Amino acid sequence: MSELQQLKAKDFKSDQEVRWCPGCGDYSILSGVQATMADMGVPQENFVIVSGIGCSSRFPYYMETYGMHSIHGRANAIATGVKVANPDLSVWVITGDGDGLSIGGNHMIHSLRRNVDMKIILFNNEIYGLTKGQYSPTTPMGQRTKTSPYGSLDAPFNPIQLALGAGATFVARTMDVNPKHMKTVLRAAAEHKGAAFVEVWQNCVIFNDGAFKSWTEKAVRDEETVNLVAGEKMIFGKDQDKGLKTDGCKIEICSAEDASVWDPTHESPGPAFVMSQLDNDPNMPRPMGVLRSVSRPTLDQQVWDQVGAVTGTKGEGSLKDLLYTKDVWEVK
Amino acid sequence: MTIRFAGDSGDGMQLTGMQFTATTATVGNDLATFPDFPAEIRAPAGTRAGVSGYQIHFSSRDIYTPGDDPSVLVAMNPAALITNYKDLKPGGILLVNTGAFTESDLKKAGLDSNPLTDGTLSGYRVVKEDINQRTMEALADTELSKKDKLRCKNFYTLGMVYWLYSRPLEPTMEWLKEKFAKKPELAEANTKALKAGYNHGELLRLFQGHYEVPKVENAPKGTYRNIMGNEALAIGLVAGARLAGLKAFLGSYPITPATDILQHMSLLKNYDVITCQMEDEIAGICTAIGASFAGRLGMTTTSGPGLALKTEAAGLAVITELPLVIVDVQRGGPSTGLPTKVEQSDLLQAMFGRNGEAPIPVIACATPSDAFDCAVEACRIATQYMTPVLLLSDNYIANGAEPWKLPVIDELKPFPVEFATDPEGFSPYSRDEKLARNWAKPGTPGLMHRIGGLEKDAVTGNVSYDPENHMKMTEIREAKIMGIRDSIPTPQPHGAESGDLLVVAWGSTMGATRAAVERLHKEGVTVAHLHLRHIWPLPQGLDEIFSRYKKIVVPEMNMGQLARLLQSEYPDYRFKKFSKVMGKPFRARELKAHFAEILEEK
Ligand SMILES: Cc1ncc(C[n+]2csc(CCOP(=O)(O)OP(=O)(O)O)c2C)c(N)n1
Ligand code: SF4
Ligand SMILES: [Mg+2]
Repeated sequence: MSELQQLKAKDFKSDQEVRWCPGCGDYSILSGVQATMADMGVPQENFVIVSGIGCSSRFPYYMETYGMHSIHGRANAIATGVKVANPDLSVWVITGDGDGLSIGGNHMIHSLRRNVDMKIILFNNEIYGLTKGQYSPTTPMGQRTKTSPYGSLDAPFNPIQLALGAGATFVARTMDVNPKHMKTVLRAAAEHKGAAFVEVWQNCVIFNDGAFKSWTEKAVRDEETVNLVAGEKMIFGKDQDKGLKTDGCKIEICSAEDASVWDPTHESPGPAFVMSQLDNDPNMPRPMGVLRSVSRPTLDQQVWDQVGAVTGTKGEGSLKDLLYTKDVWEVK
Repeated sequence: MTIRFAGDSGDGMQLTGMQFTATTATVGNDLATFPDFPAEIRAPAGTRAGVSGYQIHFSSRDIYTPGDDPSVLVAMNPAALITNYKDLKPGGILLVNTGAFTESDLKKAGLDSNPLTDGTLSGYRVVKEDINQRTMEALADTELSKKDKLRCKNFYTLGMVYWLYSRPLEPTMEWLKEKFAKKPELAEANTKALKAGYNHGELLRLFQGHYEVPKVENAPKGTYRNIMGNEALAIGLVAGARLAGLKAFLGSYPITPATDILQHMSLLKNYDVITCQMEDEIAGICTAIGASFAGRLGMTTTSGPGLALKTEAAGLAVITELPLVIVDVQRGGPSTGLPTKVEQSDLLQAMFGRNGEAPIPVIACATPSDAFDCAVEACRIATQYMTPVLLLSDNYIANGAEPWKLPVIDELKPFPVEFATDPEGFSPYSRDEKLARNWAKPGTPGLMHRIGGLEKDAVTGNVSYDPENHMKMTEIREAKIMGIRDSIPTPQPHGAESGDLLVVAWGSTMGATRAAVERLHKEGVTVAHLHLRHIWPLPQGLDEIFSRYKKIVVPEMNMGQLARLLQSEYPDYRFKKFSKVMGKPFRARELKAHFAEILEEK
């Protein structure tokens, strides 16, 4: 292991030219991840980034870490293999709304339920970017895209709800245009032991420009989103004068003083799920920040514990033990 | 000597067959087995679909196949009788459980009349015994429910067969004791039934004379163990990883007939083995690729339909040049096909079933114990050449058993992997003389690099769309795989050095082909058997071998897939196809007859 010198964000820049469209939201996520990794106190060579296919999945090439740009939808499965094989590594998955929720939806839910200790960053631009503008599993109904010229008929997934339903131990949301917020969320994800699912609202300037602007533009952001911070009151509004009050089932707007305190560590995912339902109510702000953060044994840890336990009781097996079992006989 | 046990799948015939096998191995007979069980494990009791069988061939000579037609058939009900009696050798012994021949039993088997009385069985030595009744009597003073008592009938039957072949009862009694350690009343009842069956055979002298098969003469000296193909393969994968100096990682998804490999490897955690049962076959191979990237030896096991799902990821392993062992235990296809039957019809899928120019070495095991050697060989090629390797087995090998002469540990040759560690001039795509690329694992300082499914520059390893570079990389990947030839021996024909007929075979047709060729050869025909373990790349020197024979035939349990491959690689020779796609292995007899026919052709 190399000396643990203080790494800088720029240490994580690879020598490859970044080739996203000018103005693409992916750039700020790249900076956000570089800054986060630099601060983690993990040796640079211990980072592994695995991605699938999509604009977003080009990510590993731009990072001076170990990386694999794999095949469409399979990053979670490959990353599971990496992490289980060597739990000392800090494993990150970069995926898109198509990559991680459509073709890779199966691996996504299973890696979450297994609680593989890895950070999953889902770049949600509500469109297939790389293939130039077809509707994705997060595209709102009715939206016209290249393959839905008369409007999409598919009901979309809410990525947060999908992750909660799959048993994710860490679920959070942030946006490309708020680097400060992104950094706190990525930092929290990085510190989480277990599968950390982070949805990033990412603007695709070319094929779905402004998909999130009614929530993310500076002028409306404070009014239309509420930043959830563990242990703090849920306050929002331009003047930070409004709050959310909840009894666990229902959420109402109230004054800032009356706001409830947000707790993402509930044993039940219920409160987080109720919170995520705000997305469906045009009169409510959309939740951002950490919706869920609970602790559960990770798959990788358990796999190694089991290997250790079995080896402890049966003893380290040799090649000889493997072949020459007790039911052998001799021919003389 | 070949004996077949057949009954309803609830009758425990597999167990009976396996016990007979284990005991036969301990008395030193050479043997081969062939379990044949129904696809619908819960097919209605008593119906033809529910029939389950187990065949074992044993002798004091070397055995290559689970036998031709059985000379003894045990039929536990009408459905078992009617679906199997035609295979019995003329004059063979038929032991029938008449206790399961009521009107309704006959009806369930779709029979209008009773084959025991309507003349169907003329020409066979039929032994009728109400095994249900005998078992109940033997267990009269046992405190078990009627149902549980009746369940012991397979051990009663086994007892009778043990008497017929003068087999010791002790190994099975030991096994029962262990198996039912927690339920001693069941161990006791089954033991009672076993002994009663044995005594009954002796008492009635049921059969005209009984067989004594002496010990295998000239069996090579050594330590032996009875092994089934899937278990041998699992052990081989673990041993292969060890010989490479690596730890095994298996990512898999259950599928008949490959599941046992995953199950067996899951037991071997104290051999540095990690197994993950994933959500599907794609995840199985993908975790294995991830594990290889991280510096373990990734493996994935499946059968035909699962291999189809793995194709895209196999291509990723080709272009990222990571070591990976992919095992396909073939079954009948296409689609779900005949999941519990045997076929060799995935050969061309293994060869070509990927997009793009994606060569993968293919090797095939021939017998249950050979599965061990082939698994080790697959690990060697994967790690020495930084490539995925496809290892083909099939249902016949997977569930067949044979005595395995264990290799001497010190004679197993290691092929240790050296990871890259030196940052000086490092490139992930710099290669050794075998064209294998550098393997640098995450966690190594100074060697950070990115690999992936996009074409990479031959020198820098960065993404490259350059046309010349793509041509060059394609040629390098091809040349690397073809270079494997330098590390594999030329197989030698068995039989006549040259002459009228060469039989080229691969995989589990080994036994039947060898037996058929040996018989013909003994009759004076200049015939030989050439068995291919390495299907791709094909070994050097085949050309010269082919030139020594007038005719070449390729028997396969498919429509001629190896024959096609050979025909395109060696257009100067003509490869005759001989196909059997019936979910059943070839019999030596039918091969011999066919070879004789070919010899007659002008
Ligand atoms: C097996 C396979 N199917 C389809 C594709 C084509 N394809 C590449 S990326 C993509 C969708 C990408 O969308 P998303 O994951 O949202 O990523 P984005 O480009 O928006 O970042 C598709 C359909 C492929 N590469 N592989
Ligand atoms: S197409 Fe959209 S998502 Fe892709 S790089 Fe361009 S702006 Fe970004
Ligand atoms: Mg997208």
